[in-house]
Amino acid sequence: MADIALPASQSHDHADAHHATSTGVSNEKLAMWAFLGSECMLFGALIATYVLYRHRAVVGPTPHSLYDILFTSVSSFVLLMSSLSMALAVAAIQRGEDRRMRVWLCTTAVLGSIFIGGQIYEFTSFIRRGMTIRTNVTSGAFYVLTGFHGVHVTLGILMLLSLVSMSIRGKIHQGRAEVVEIAGLYWHFVDIVWIIIFTVVYLIP
Amino acid sequence: MSDYHATVAPGEFDEEHAVDEALAERHAHPSDATYVLIALGLAVLTAIEVGVYYLKSDHLTIVVLLLLMWFKFLVVVGYFMHLRFDSPIFRWLFFGGLITAVIVYSLVLLMFGVFHF
Repeated sequence: MADIALPASQSHDHADAHHATSTGVSNEKLAMWAFLGSECMLFGALIATYVLYRHRAVVGPTPHSLYDILFTSVSSFVLLMSSLSMALAVAAIQRGEDRRMRVWLCTTAVLGSIFIGGQIYEFTSFIRRGMTIRTNVTSGAFYVLTGFHGVHVTLGILMLLSLVSMSIRGKIHQGRAEVVEIAGLYWHFVDIVWIIIFTVVYLIP
Repeated sequence: MSDYHATVAPGEFDEEHAVDEALAERHAHPSDATYVLIALGLAVLTAIEVGVYYLKSDHLTIVVLLLLMWFKFLVVVGYFMHLRFDSPIFRWLFFGGLITAVIVYSLVLLMFGVFHF
């Protein structure tokens, strides 16, 4: 992996072309895509488990009898909008607008936190109405699937806040835009997993 | 990108070509206005999904909901994640994992009699 010297006028803009790799693409980005490919297997297993157990509860309330679809729709909208702010953050840093990138990253983190707040509210409400993780197999599969997704969103928020902190300290700039792009890939993945969960778990009867 | 691999020997690095590639890749990415339009489209699709949910529940509803879900999925992956504009290697890695997951877990669900034909 040899370093190359780019022309002065272009070196800042094209830092992601700094390293020659055997694949011709960035190793870090390649690793993130490979990780996301493997995450498909993880979430696939959790979604399949929920689909398998969704009608097998014999005692207690099931998630379907407790869902508040309008509330979850608003949560889904919030997460979708966080993908927009993430995309705008990546576009901002690629243009060299550090300050704007920080604003969009903070917006994304806030929207992600609202989503997590909504999930905590939903879980609390379900538990108060008698559906815990141990109530039946359907509730167990539901909490594990949505809980795993929530943990992913929380990790994403921590990642975004770390990026903001690094940017303030001058460690993230246009030349390292790919770092933000890679974090963005993770965030968007969490969003697409929710797109599937929202349809398969909440909307399909 | 394929031209690059065809003309440059292993271990060498064509600086100008790499810069041109980076430029082309960046210019191919959507503008901020396009991102906003895409997000609005996704919000409308989500509203349609919820509307379909409240209409009635039959097999057609499930098909429509799954199609809307798949379309939203592809839009986010293609535009927000730039997979439409990035190297095909990323596409292979991601869709390799996704397709494997769909095949494996569909077979599992089929085995357990979840799908009724």
